[in-house]
Amino acid sequence: MAQALQPLRATLRRAPLHVVLLGLCALWLVPTVGLLISSFRPPRLVPVSGWWTALVPPYQFTLQNYRQVLDAYSMGRSFLNSLFITIPATIIPVIVAAYAAYAFAWMRFRGQEVLFTIVVGSLVIPLQMTLIPVLRLFTALGLAGTFPAVWLAHTGYGLPFAIYLLRNFLGALPRDLLESAAIDGAAPLTVFVRLILPLSVPAIASLVIFQFLWVWNDLLVALIYVGGAPQVAPMTVTVSHLVSSLGQNWQLLTAAAFISMVLPLAVFFSLQQFFVRGILAGAVKG
Amino acid sequence: MGLLVAVGVPAIQIGYVILVEHLLSLLPARTQRTLRPGLWLAPALAFLATFLIYPAVYTVYLSVLDARSAAFVGVRNYVFAFTNREMLIALRNNLLWLVCFTGLTVGAGLLLAVLTDRVRYEAAAKSIIFLPMAISFVAASVIWKFVYEFRPAGAPQIGVLNAALTALLPGFRPVAWLVNLLTNNLALIAVGVWVWTGFCLVILSAALKGIPAELLEAARVDGATEWQVFRRLVLPTLSPTIAVVATTMVIFALKAFDVVYVMTNGNFNTEVIANRMYKEMFTSRDFGRASAIAVLLFGATVPIMIANIRRFRQQEAIR
Repeated sequence: MAQALQPLRATLRRAPLHVVLLGLCALWLVPTVGLLISSFRPPRLVPVSGWWTALVPPYQFTLQNYRQVLDAYSMGRSFLNSLFITIPATIIPVIVAAYAAYAFAWMRFRGQEVLFTIVVGSLVIPLQMTLIPVLRLFTALGLAGTFPAVWLAHTGYGLPFAIYLLRNFLGALPRDLLESAAIDGAAPLTVFVRLILPLSVPAIASLVIFQFLWVWNDLLVALIYVGGAPQVAPMTVTVSHLVSSLGQNWQLLTAAAFISMVLPLAVFFSLQQFFVRGILAGAVKG
Repeated sequence: MGLLVAVGVPAIQIGYVILVEHLLSLLPARTQRTLRPGLWLAPALAFLATFLIYPAVYTVYLSVLDARSAAFVGVRNYVFAFTNREMLIALRNNLLWLVCFTGLTVGAGLLLAVLTDRVRYEAAAKSIIFLPMAISFVAASVIWKFVYEFRPAGAPQIGVLNAALTALLPGFRPVAWLVNLLTNNLALIAVGVWVWTGFCLVILSAALKGIPAELLEAARVDGATEWQVFRRLVLPTLSPTIAVVATTMVIFALKAFDVVYVMTNGNFNTEVIANRMYKEMFTSRDFGRASAIAVLLFGATVPIMIANIRRFRQQEAIR
């Protein structure tokens, strides 16, 4: 009898663990679920009843809110703007960082350590330190309010982390492999293309995801260098404006917010492993 | 236009190294070795110099000039930064962010790392906590503004927090979380915690799994309670990792901007330094004050910068 109770007792003793953990998971999940459900509810119901009442019949869901924010509040345009901003602002720094990381990891030169220390130091420079001079520079060049301005700015801001991550990864590659390639007389460019790039695919993948999410989700840089004009504003800027202009129209705000989350969530679910690996590799980043 | 850029920009970048290597191949081997590193580094160094180093130095210079950067004003902007009422509120709030945000993210991350390590649905639980990391602070602000939504007592509550508390606690009066001076800063910090706890969890969980299982088993066999194992063995082993995670969180606490900008825009005493800087720059157009505030923010991160460089040097020495 006592023996038969053993597993039950073990389960009971572990019950608080499950309660706390599942409770925390619910706490983390419920706000997003509420957003998602509200975005599909008819406008007349949202202000008078909680979103949880939609979980029981009669079910009343609609796509009307999405249609409205995409057409009338230019979320469709903003989605494209976000893509136009994010894709080049991801590709450019990754390539620039790959060159620099190769030089830092596999070439010897004077001032190497000092230069890399500057890279590590610049990891934590607050963007605020750069906004005014860079904006003046863009204004002087006629770039303020254009996509190239954000591409260049995001490249500069993303580089310290990108170089840091890739250099640490490249530096850990087996030394004899690269030395034997050099002895065989392979040119540095050949080594880079044939050996370094294929070997560093996991690190580059992490970096691409990081930079993509960071640019896609950025508000401050976009706000300062492209501003709120509908033909250039990315979704973060548009949604933040909607929050102040739409106020209590929750069905529209939630739909707009969800549109801005779709792509990063898809990236997150499909490439979570690379994302986690990147975080672990760059843990020193401040 | 989009396609042109998507193809053209990488083509220019790839063309750059091909050109560099072609030109180098015309030179003697020794000269090649001297010139090559600089040329491979040149694009990166140009970007760092243009977008980080030069602007940072220039901002320090602007911070001792007047609003239109025309006349030298000495430390007047710094006096403003430390005496203006809004700035004092911002400084107090950033301190609150520093303590609460860092403490809660690291604390919750540690708790969740230990808890998830003991259950079979570990991967799913971690994904749920980690998920908000993919969402922008702007979207997170909309999500939480809706959670905090307030209706006067008696009316049906559509914000889940007030609805849950009204249902669970008899006599509970709904709170306007983002307006109430006692709750609003914590309500904003909670959004930050919701987003960043997953980051702490991932790193701390990996470090926890790095502790050899035999070591923990041995302690348990010797009769140590779970709490003692955690307190005497797990915590000391994890402390370097905790330090790294905590410094990262401190940086984010200092730079907090998006959540405040979207949810309250600094109203009702929720101002933070980064939002003050934005307002001085765009609303008041006072570049001197804005720069002084930025320098203040930078000053607060310098100790962390030094700690990072030290830690990096140590890692290099081990390699």
